[in-house]
Amino acid sequence: MRKLLEKYPVTSTAILFLLWIILYTALQLLADAAVALAGLPQGAHLTEAVRFFVFEVPKVLLLLTLIVFAVGIIRSYFSPERTRKMLGGKKLFAGNVLASLLGVVTPFCSCSAIPLFLGFVESGIPLGVTFSFLIAAPMINEVALVLLFGLFGWKTALLYMSTGLLIAMVSGYIIGILKLEKYVEPWVYETKAGHSELAEEKILFPERISAGFDAVVEIVSKVWIYIVIGIAVGAGIHGYVPENFMAGIMGKGAWWSVPVAVLIGVPMYSNAAGIIPIVQALLEKGASLGTVLAFMMAVIGLSLPETIILKKVLKLPLIFAFVGIVAAGIIIVGYIFNFVYS
Amino acid sequence: MNIKVLGSGCMNCQTLEKRTYTALQELQIDATVEKVQDYQKIASYGIMRTPGLVIDEKVALAGYVPTVEKLKEVLLAHRNA
Repeated sequence: MRKLLEKYPVTSTAILFLLWIILYTALQLLADAAVALAGLPQGAHLTEAVRFFVFEVPKVLLLLTLIVFAVGIIRSYFSPERTRKMLGGKKLFAGNVLASLLGVVTPFCSCSAIPLFLGFVESGIPLGVTFSFLIAAPMINEVALVLLFGLFGWKTALLYMSTGLLIAMVSGYIIGILKLEKYVEPWVYETKAGHSELAEEKILFPERISAGFDAVVEIVSKVWIYIVIGIAVGAGIHGYVPENFMAGIMGKGAWWSVPVAVLIGVPMYSNAAGIIPIVQALLEKGASLGTVLAFMMAVIGLSLPETIILKKVLKLPLIFAFVGIVAAGIIIVGYIFNFVYS
Repeated sequence: MNIKVLGSGCMNCQTLEKRTYTALQELQIDATVEKVQDYQKIASYGIMRTPGLVIDEKVALAGYVPTVEKLKEVLLAHRNA
């Protein structure tokens, strides 16, 4: 398989894509067939839960494979080094806009947050611009977008992405005008970054395709189990929890639901894969979209482990400013959605 | 040969370290392997992605965990250079 891919990258990718389309179009049929074969009674709670599970799991995994592959290829055109070069000399605001957009496409892992922070700040990129990048990068990730698209539809995925970008741009801009540089650990500014020639490597297109496959193997092998568990819990809620059960707690009527959802979401650490299927099922049972979006953004975009990592380079006032500004942005977005979709 | 594994001690860095030992053993190359966890030192090599691999003070790769095969290639390329 690997050998074939290396020898005929474009042809084998095209064949795999064709197989993908066939499988994807046959999903509903296969799911119904599986339910029929199992001989479950029509309309029972268990039947509906099982039907939901056997349809959603392969659907989301297929979507994930495709999108992670595409994103893997797109990301091969970007690197933190190149992003840094593009951001160099940019003023506030224009820099914040660009940094947020680049945050989406630049390969990023929260374990690299510190080296990246050092590299950006050391080369003179303003603190606020650096933050726009650090906010957008984890919040808008391909796994979250796939799940939103697969379970909620493209409108919600687009809304999540655009409001996430907006939060990254504005929060970074505010951090920039507040002049919080004094709350960065002094050793950061004393760091002398070296220069490595790795960034200028030329990559050929077949190598980009193999970068796409690498991304699929790496990400899908990491998150599939969370997706299965998340959808299983979601299926349980889907089949067993009564309609409108969540309306009182997470519905539009409860004004306090958005800030509470964010307060609960911030310290929670779950990847998008596990949280979104559960949240989708809650939405079905009467939770409102704004509250649900705010909860997801808080869980995915602001994570405790990442904040703890950042503590190494940032003093507490700046950490609180960062978390506070982003959380406020998320709450505002939640209210706007609850207002618009009423 | 002197090899440094750059990274803050996350999963990826540990995997890279393990695979480096495997690759060295399979190629029967004699080398010292050090871990570099200090952020200032990591930055001094000019990389912004971890894990990183430095062979005789030259950055060999950064930002992903290579397969043992790829590591062998990198090590051999360095030895023959």
